[in-house]
Amino acid sequence: MAYAPHIAQPVSVRIVMLKVLAALIPGIVAYVWFFGPAILVQILLASLTALTAEALMLKLRGKPVLLFVTDGSALVTAWLVALTFPPIVPWWLTVTGVLIAIVVTKHLYGGLGQNPFNPAMVAFCAMIVAYPQLMSQWPRAEMNTFEPMLRAIFASDRQLDAIVMATPLDALRTILRDPEQRATIAGILGSHATFGNIGGRGWEWVAAGYLIGGLWLLQQRIITWHVPVAFAVTLALVATAFNIANPDRFVGANFHLFTGGAMLGAFFIATDPVSGSTTPLGKIIFAAGAALLTWIIRSFGAYPDGMAFAIVLMNLFVPLIDMLTQPKVFGHRRKSDR
Amino acid sequence: MLELFGFPGGIKPDSHKEESAGTPIRQAPLPPLLVVPFRQSATGGVDIRVKAGERVLKGQCIGSAEGPFGTCVHAPTSGTVIAIEARTLPHPSALAAPCAIIEADGADAWRERVPLDAYSADPETVRSRIREAGIVGLGGAVFPSHVKMNARIDTLVINGAECEPWITCDDRLMRERAPMIVAGAAIIRHLMGAKRVLFGIEDNKPDAAAAMRTALQTAGHPEMQVVTVPTRYPAGGEKQLIHVLTGIEIPYGKLGPDFGVQCFNVGTAHAVARAVLHDEPLISRIVTLAGNYAWPGNVETLIGTPIDALLALGEPKPDTDRIVMGGPMMGFVLPDTSLPVVKATNCLLAMSPTLFPPPPPEMPCIRCGACTRACPMLLQPHELYWYARSKNFGKTQEYHLFDCIECGCCAYVCPAHIPLVDYYRFAKSEIRAREREKAAADRARERYEFRKYREEREKAEKAARLAAKAAETKAKLAQEGAAAVIAAAQSRAHPEGKDEA
Ligand code: SF4
Ligand code: SF4
Repeated sequence: MAYAPHIAQPVSVRIVMLKVLAALIPGIVAYVWFFGPAILVQILLASLTALTAEALMLKLRGKPVLLFVTDGSALVTAWLVALTFPPIVPWWLTVTGVLIAIVVTKHLYGGLGQNPFNPAMVAFCAMIVAYPQLMSQWPRAEMNTFEPMLRAIFASDRQLDAIVMATPLDALRTILRDPEQRATIAGILGSHATFGNIGGRGWEWVAAGYLIGGLWLLQQRIITWHVPVAFAVTLALVATAFNIANPDRFVGANFHLFTGGAMLGAFFIATDPVSGSTTPLGKIIFAAGAALLTWIIRSFGAYPDGMAFAIVLMNLFVPLIDMLTQPKVFGHRRKSDR
Repeated sequence: MLELFGFPGGIKPDSHKEESAGTPIRQAPLPPLLVVPFRQSATGGVDIRVKAGERVLKGQCIGSAEGPFGTCVHAPTSGTVIAIEARTLPHPSALAAPCAIIEADGADAWRERVPLDAYSADPETVRSRIREAGIVGLGGAVFPSHVKMNARIDTLVINGAECEPWITCDDRLMRERAPMIVAGAAIIRHLMGAKRVLFGIEDNKPDAAAAMRTALQTAGHPEMQVVTVPTRYPAGGEKQLIHVLTGIEIPYGKLGPDFGVQCFNVGTAHAVARAVLHDEPLISRIVTLAGNYAWPGNVETLIGTPIDALLALGEPKPDTDRIVMGGPMMGFVLPDTSLPVVKATNCLLAMSPTLFPPPPPEMPCIRCGACTRACPMLLQPHELYWYARSKNFGKTQEYHLFDCIECGCCAYVCPAHIPLVDYYRFAKSEIRAREREKAAADRARERYEFRKYREEREKAEKAARLAAKAAETKAKLAQEGAAAVIAAAQSRAHPEGKDEA
């Protein structure tokens, strides 16, 4: 090294990305346990697509292919795409989603570190808008029969009635909005087969897996507390407030936190450094905004889970948030007046 | 117990202090030829006082201070000045500047020395003694010390934190010469009227702290206190140490005395004591030889000693590929090891590819924020980097570029291995260059405008003069006309009449 500093901490972008991947594993294990190994097929598919697309794009852009392909960032995007899509979407949907994430959202914006939007979330938004039906077929918990799922993914044989069921968020939304049913939250949670103890059978365990991985990321200092705490606290506060005001219409905090992408979002998606805010206060605003939008879309919007839209919307505001939340520089803080 | 404040950010690299701190300070042999640069401080100039061929004595002033910021330069030993010529200095910019080349006579004969009683003498006398002794900050910044003593303060901080990895010259100095450091601190305290003196020492130097405590007890200084501070780079940064010890944050552009505090390195305090009590100017310093040596350690070296001669004492191992002056965090690679030791030479770090592997390839910034968390100045290094890289210098200044102390913490932690500090140095130098250009352009414009103004004024004056003259002439003519009439009349009356006009 010609210039100071002449020493460096043994960290690298690759190590950071590998740790994020490792932190996803507890959630994936729970996922496989409750919903069968189909998700592993999707993760593999997404990973292969991502690496191929990444390599091709790097080659086209004249960047060192090997160095960047092995940095792990494409894999993180691929895994998040796979984990936020239903595990039984047809293979081409996963492939298209990953291509949107890697080619359009990442490389057309300048590659690693330059994308203003979270690639996996853009993929999710695009796909749910284009294929709302396919994107809302989720497998039934504890029905982890591999074979029909595989057929759903690879053959276009989508006789899924036996294995598909609404997710808790979806069920809640459909039932609540059906005037015929005159349902209340308490009634739905008590009687409907989709719902387990907290958020929905199986899904709360997957969420718990993400929580564990996320806490490990915190301990490893890959992420800071600001985003997950602000996200969870905001979601919990709004949910609780509305739940108290109108318990028949609005479901409580536990449910919101442990269903859909909330936990994954809090620890793995809203924390994406590239597309998120970087100042401490900015991170809090960013995550709180994302949580608030998530709750609004979930409660009033056309889609069952609003997390992806919420994140992409907040990505838009990052430059502004960062600009307005510059921390006080050493010596410019009020303490200097002491 | 004193309440400690801590500072934001910082890092904990491996300290590597044991390798060089274990052995006592050695005395470097007198080299046959010394190269003494006339520019030894960060500011100010000198008047060269010797000529080639002149004999000098050890400690003789060969360059006297010019202006309030100048410091004197001395002959480190007795001998003959064989030449005065420009030589490259060990400085990041590899500047060449005039140096005295002195051939040592081996006698090492001192000039006359006159000790001074710092407490009965007039403070101005003591300060000029310090100035004439050529004392500059020995922590590496080489700012003239007498300038920093020109204020009344509350708290005097003596910096023994020495936070850069590998460097141990202050550690050894405190262990071996604590009483002189205390004496120097007492003189500075007396000059500046400080109520208390805090010696800040990092807690990885327990022997140094113990030696300093003993020295304080022996000398009986109740107003002085040794405070061990947590080991964390850059705890030895002046602003950081002051903050840790007093809670005061000194902003960019402000000085310690604005907040009632001033900070000196232990080496500087030691040099002050030697200058005042023994009339020994700053002609030597302790240099750490650390890194890839067979015999690492600390060496007391005359200023002007060729670096090669010192390296020979430590015997760099065969795979040594470069020498860094300073520590691994802020030092720079020497372009050439034949350059002389200067007052800023605190460490000569021998580097090898195994000890200091080259950095992995640079990746794009992923905005992970590791740099922000490490920055002791609470800056946003990744934003500074972004704007410096895109040459948006206005923005870099908005993001407080000039508050950056170039400590390197951000680059140390960056997982993308971006040489962040280089970008900041680049931006700073560009901005300074532009400001210089602008100032030069402003001056040129002012000169031009002044010339125009002067020309116009002269023209106006000339016109006025001409007009005045014309009027005068007219008046004179009129007068003369009248006078002629009178004279004619007078001459008619008195033939020898004079012109009274
Ligand atoms: S540490 Fe490096 S990669 Fe991370 S934000 Fe700072 S500059 Fe970017
Ligand atoms: S070099 Fe500058 S920007 Fe980087 S950590 Fe130090 S003060 Fe902060």
